[in-house]
Amino acid sequence: MAKITLSNLAHSYSSNPKNESDYALKKLNHVWDDGSAYALLGPSGCGKSTLLNIISGLLIPSEGQIFFDDHDVTNADTSERNIAQVFQFPVVYDTMTVKQNLAFPLKNRKVDASYIEARVNEIAEMIGVTEVLNNKAQGLTADAKQKISLGRGMVREDVNAILFDEPLTVIDPHMKWELRTQLKALHQQLEHTMIYVTHDQTEALTFADKVVVMFDGKVVQIGTPTELFERPNHTFVGYFIGSPGMNFLTVAIEGQKAFIHDEEIDLGNNYSISRGKVEIGIRPEFVSLSDDASGLPVKIKRVEDVGRHKIVRTDFYGTEINLIVSSSTMVPSDSCRLKFKKSAVNVYLDGWRVNGETV
Amino acid sequence: MNKTVNQKAWFLVLPVLVLVAFSAVIPLMTVVNYSVQDTFGNNIFYWVGLEWFEEILNSERIHNALGRQIIFTSIIMLIEIPLGIFIALQMPKKNGLWSSLCLVLIALPLLIPWNVVGTIWQIFGRIDIGLLGYSLNALGIDYNYVQNPLHAWITIIVMDVWHWTSLVVLLCYAGLQSIPDAYYQAAKIDQASRINIFRYIELPKMAGVLLIASLLRFMDSFMIYTEPFVLTGGGPGNVTTFLSIDLVKMAIGQFDLGPAAAFSLMYFLVILLISWVFFTVMTNLDKKEGV
Repeated sequence: MAKITLSNLAHSYSSNPKNESDYALKKLNHVWDDGSAYALLGPSGCGKSTLLNIISGLLIPSEGQIFFDDHDVTNADTSERNIAQVFQFPVVYDTMTVKQNLAFPLKNRKVDASYIEARVNEIAEMIGVTEVLNNKAQGLTADAKQKISLGRGMVREDVNAILFDEPLTVIDPHMKWELRTQLKALHQQLEHTMIYVTHDQTEALTFADKVVVMFDGKVVQIGTPTELFERPNHTFVGYFIGSPGMNFLTVAIEGQKAFIHDEEIDLGNNYSISRGKVEIGIRPEFVSLSDDASGLPVKIKRVEDVGRHKIVRTDFYGTEINLIVSSSTMVPSDSCRLKFKKSAVNVYLDGWRVNGETV
Repeated sequence: MNKTVNQKAWFLVLPVLVLVAFSAVIPLMTVVNYSVQDTFGNNIFYWVGLEWFEEILNSERIHNALGRQIIFTSIIMLIEIPLGIFIALQMPKKNGLWSSLCLVLIALPLLIPWNVVGTIWQIFGRIDIGLLGYSLNALGIDYNYVQNPLHAWITIIVMDVWHWTSLVVLLCYAGLQSIPDAYYQAAKIDQASRINIFRYIELPKMAGVLLIASLLRFMDSFMIYTEPFVLTGGGPGNVTTFLSIDLVKMAIGQFDLGPAAAFSLMYFLVILLISWVFFTVMTNLDKKEGV
């Protein structure tokens, strides 16, 4: 087990990168604490898998270094790093039995046979494949195959970290929930450093202590699920996390007030911004219907009743503002006014969040 | 809803039936016809029953040809299948100019007409003007495929390997290309050795194409005619006379239509039978592994 440090890490798949857009992974400094569970969240093609493959040693980064504790492993082979990795699609050795599959990583490392036997049985118990241990892996369902892949990832006790590359993509929804819970329990039990790549926010938020959000080859925010929800560092995080995502309005700011289409919004804090694109962001959870004549005038486009609550989609001079109201709330049919919860409004300059001065 | 019964639809199948009858059924039946009759010319035939079949089954000449055929097919398969796998494994995995170039080079022998292949090797091996034959003799090796039976065999086998290994390579290469990267990555993580990667990932994934490759190589080599005929003409003596060369000698050289017809029918059935056994055994093996 080890602390993993990324120092000035960057990677480009082209051999001669000219500008920033040639980089699949832009310059990155980060420390993965020993024993934590991380989720790496981001849309497809944002560099998540690249980062994972660099950590596991399947890919050598074009710039920067990786340290395991104080040991430089930048150019070290996968085998020297002692890392386990589970891939998006199940990888099983077809001609082997389930048991042989699970034992394979240990056997290749010439571990004592009696230990292998005990360990394989233990893992099989955890992932629930005890009954099929002596079956050939080939005939199993995709679910079961992926369980075996997960099992093979966890069978070694001494690994520095376990990396998961969207491991639940092919799993049925109800199994997903079960496996995720099992993984979480396993993490608490084994205390390995785990890095879990996903583009599914629910998966990331339920699995991880800390979520690392990536966008366009950059890490845009690292934080606890609450931090990501309440104080998104970047407009992308606000938009990507939450359902529906954060509302953004392009405004002009003077002191404590934001101005848009002759309306004024009280921000609570003092901002001094002179140039750049200024936006305010607010989560739909913190927008409510105004019961008096104040607030932003909007046209109601659609109301979606999702059971526990209603999502109201409105139009404010061409910009969509969504809000979430309880399912018992009566929503007017055409137009209404909206209020924002003052403390939940975030201000963004060119996409990045700025802190205001408290008054 | 009731379906309307309309037997007139059978007429739509008629063109195909006529075509198949003319191109396959009637010629085959002619052969069957010849195999049970004897003739002294003038289109006068006598019924002889299964006499020709008996004669062929008891003919030492045919036994020897069959023996040579089996030895030949076994040798070339034992060389071509492993060699094909080996070469396919050495091919570049990434798609690019280099891999395309390799593919074209590998595929070249397959594009050469069979009798041209025979001619190429016939000249190549000649001791007076052939590059191979002349060089070997200049090196002091007494190589002469026209007179020495062993040399004739070696030349024919090398020629067949040269001509047909490419087919095995191409099929195996296709099989290898279909293995997702994740398998190799997982193997790396699991610290599998090169041999284990081959044994547990590449070979199982290639099993399907290998079955096809083996079947094709078996059928083709069991029926081989053109190349050895051009190269050695079945000689020296009879040592490279394989089944089909013998058959042609019998049918066209000696004009023994009856025995030749009986021979070709059995030849056809043997190939059919062995291919069927081959295929059933291999697919069953596949299924058993799937349990």
